Amino acid sequence: MSEKSSPEDGQTIRYRNLYEKSDKIYTRKITGLYQNIRRYTGLPLIAGFLLLPWFVIDGRPAVLFDLPARQFHVLWLTFWPQDFMLLAWLLIISAFTLFTVTTSLGRVYCGFTCPQTVWTLMFISVEHFFEGDRNKQIKLDQSPWNFNKIWRKSSKHAVWVLIAFITGVTFIGYFVPIRELLLGLLPYRDSVSGMMTIDANPVAAFWTLFFTTATYLNAGWMREQVCKYMCPYARFQSVMYDNNTLSVHYDTKRGESRGARKPKDDYKANGLGDCIDCSWCVQVCPVDIDIRDGLQYECINCGLCVDACNAVMDKMQYPRGLVRFTSEDELKTGVFKFLRPRIIGYALAVTAMMSAFVYTISTRTPLSVDVIRDRGARMYRISGDQVQNVYTVKINNMDNNPHTYSVGVEGDYPFEVKNYRPVQILAGEVFTVPLRISVPRKALDTEKTTLILKVTASDNDKLQAIETTNFIGPAPHK
Amino acid sequence: MSTFWSLWIIVLTLVCLGLVCWVLFANRKVAVKDSEEPENQTTGHIYDGIEEFDNPLPRWWFLMFVGTLIFGAIYLALYPGLGGFKGIIGWTQVKQLEAEQEKAAEVEAKTYGVYASMPVEELIHDGRAMKMGVRLFANNCAVCHGADGGGNYGFPNLTDNDWLYGGKAEDIRNSIANGRGGAMPALGAVLGEENVAKVAEYVLSLSGQDHDAALAEAGAPMFQQNCAVCHGADAKGNKMVGAPNLTDNTWLYAGTREAIQQTIRSGRQNQMPAQHNKLREEKIHLLAAYVYSLSFNYDE
Repeated sequence: MSEKSSPEDGQTIRYRNLYEKSDKIYTRKITGLYQNIRRYTGLPLIAGFLLLPWFVIDGRPAVLFDLPARQFHVLWLTFWPQDFMLLAWLLIISAFTLFTVTTSLGRVYCGFTCPQTVWTLMFISVEHFFEGDRNKQIKLDQSPWNFNKIWRKSSKHAVWVLIAFITGVTFIGYFVPIRELLLGLLPYRDSVSGMMTIDANPVAAFWTLFFTTATYLNAGWMREQVCKYMCPYARFQSVMYDNNTLSVHYDTKRGESRGARKPKDDYKANGLGDCIDCSWCVQVCPVDIDIRDGLQYECINCGLCVDACNAVMDKMQYPRGLVRFTSEDELKTGVFKFLRPRIIGYALAVTAMMSAFVYTISTRTPLSVDVIRDRGARMYRISGDQVQNVYTVKINNMDNNPHTYSVGVEGDYPFEVKNYRPVQILAGEVFTVPLRISVPRKALDTEKTTLILKVTASDNDKLQAIETTNFIGPAPHK
Repeated sequence: MSTFWSLWIIVLTLVCLGLVCWVLFANRKVAVKDSEEPENQTTGHIYDGIEEFDNPLPRWWFLMFVGTLIFGAIYLALYPGLGGFKGIIGWTQVKQLEAEQEKAAEVEAKTYGVYASMPVEELIHDGRAMKMGVRLFANNCAVCHGADGGGNYGFPNLTDNDWLYGGKAEDIRNSIANGRGGAMPALGAVLGEENVAKVAEYVLSLSGQDHDAALAEAGAPMFQQNCAVCHGADAKGNKMVGAPNLTDNTWLYAGTREAIQQTIRSGRQNQMPAQHNKLREEKIHLLAAYVYSLSFNYDE
């Protein structure tokens, strides 16, 4: 970062050259309200992430994205490739939820629940544990290599790698049953050859290592650079902001002019504001910005600077909230408007979409049927005094149990199913059943008519799919 | 590929690669050198107060480009990309295809191998085998014989128990593997139109349909003379040559007066294509079993 004074008002402007090596950020340890909030929202999320793959429902993991079988098991539901529409809807709903939250509460997602932030903070606390607070870390990095530095650094990296590995295994545990995965990664001595060996599925092992490495690099080394240079959300969140969006602000009116002072001085008489320019808010910042420069796209609204400033204000016996969660309008007028047309609109849209989604999921029949009329040498077949049409009925059993299906037929004429042989269709199997439907020639007095096919599981009436198709016959005798 | 086009491609490819190299390395240089004020290293272009910096590509980015160039060079050396040049390790798409086919054949052999040794009479009771049969039939046979095997005009019905070439499992397997050629010669020129009508009346009488008794009687000796060679003196057909039985009510082409006359007059040519070049032995075996099952009465 370099400095230059601006030509207009002579104020110092800080430039960041994109080509310069980024400085290492040493963050100061801080406690406070927002750090507690973060802890108690983060812990259950991490616990959920770690534990979910271990639960078993109906004999398989509670959440399993089985890519080779193209089945996504989520709790009691199983999704098939045909259900990707639902996935698209889920993503749209998530996006709108994010818009709603961002418009009202700012980047709370970034600051409090984003895995990049949560894992980075986990790694930072490990760093704090082994290397001490900001000043100790700076000193340690400047000191020559000695036993103290080596053991502190190596244990920090060891714990980082351990956390990264647990993360990697857990993540892959959503794609490969986790017990199987872990057993595969354990080396054992082969009883025949006497060699140490592992049984891991090479693909699963590769991705476990990949995510271990990625976690280690992202949370250990790249940290805020992911937010600043890689994360697309940082780039477009500004379009969701309005003047009433909550975000971390520095109260310029109250703080300026900033400056150091002696405790006993009447600082107001000296023309100073409440900001004592201790730079704690900068020291705690995980993305290394100065919140006093105003709203910045790097700011992830994590509230660390709020906690730091409040701690300083307490020490100085000034009122809290020099840096606080507030909105631009509130800073100007003192009024915070939470319910705005935009928020209400977003909330309604999300509620409507969620209801439609839940309705679709709960009324979904795990059976889909496609009917294709045979296009052979002839449109229809005449056998004796019967007119016959042949269909290929594609039955896709999306239930988790095998079923045998019966086929019924309805229409304006006395249609009849001939030569249908019931077949057991396994879970997840798509099977095409040839079907011949016939009607007495005398009864049929039209060239083309609608036919309704009902495919029903013989052991469950509710498992039914209805498809309509055409029945073609000869021109009626006039 | 002619030498000209081969050279054309080689020259174009190499010139383009060369240009890419030139652009890449030319941009490594910084044109404006103002070491006094590092922030002033701009190209002098200003749009809406935004200045354009005269910075080189970041190193990692530059190295990635160099990496792709090296990759491209290696790729062109190994894989046929330069006109007629075959690549130095003989890596071709045809070979890749062959390798994939080999792999697929292995998988198939495993899937179908289980059933290869099972006799047809057992296979038709095996649900899984019959399911595979349905799929094979849908992919290879349904276009002509219909998805249900019920046949079409000119294509035999496989679900009745009437067989042109015999309905034993071995016969069916032969039909599928080697194909069949049905040839009814055109007799219109030999018999004359009047006699065609007489023979047709006789054929109608054979299957007990409405006919003119006098014409049929006149047609009978002509049938014995011209048709009995294949269809037999009793018109019951001959499975050796695939001659249809004319005394039942199953017709490959329609059994009406007009259709029969047409058949006698112009003859019929039928061709069941041989499948042994297209399908593996095991698949033909499974298909034969499935076709056998179509007319098999499971209730007995």
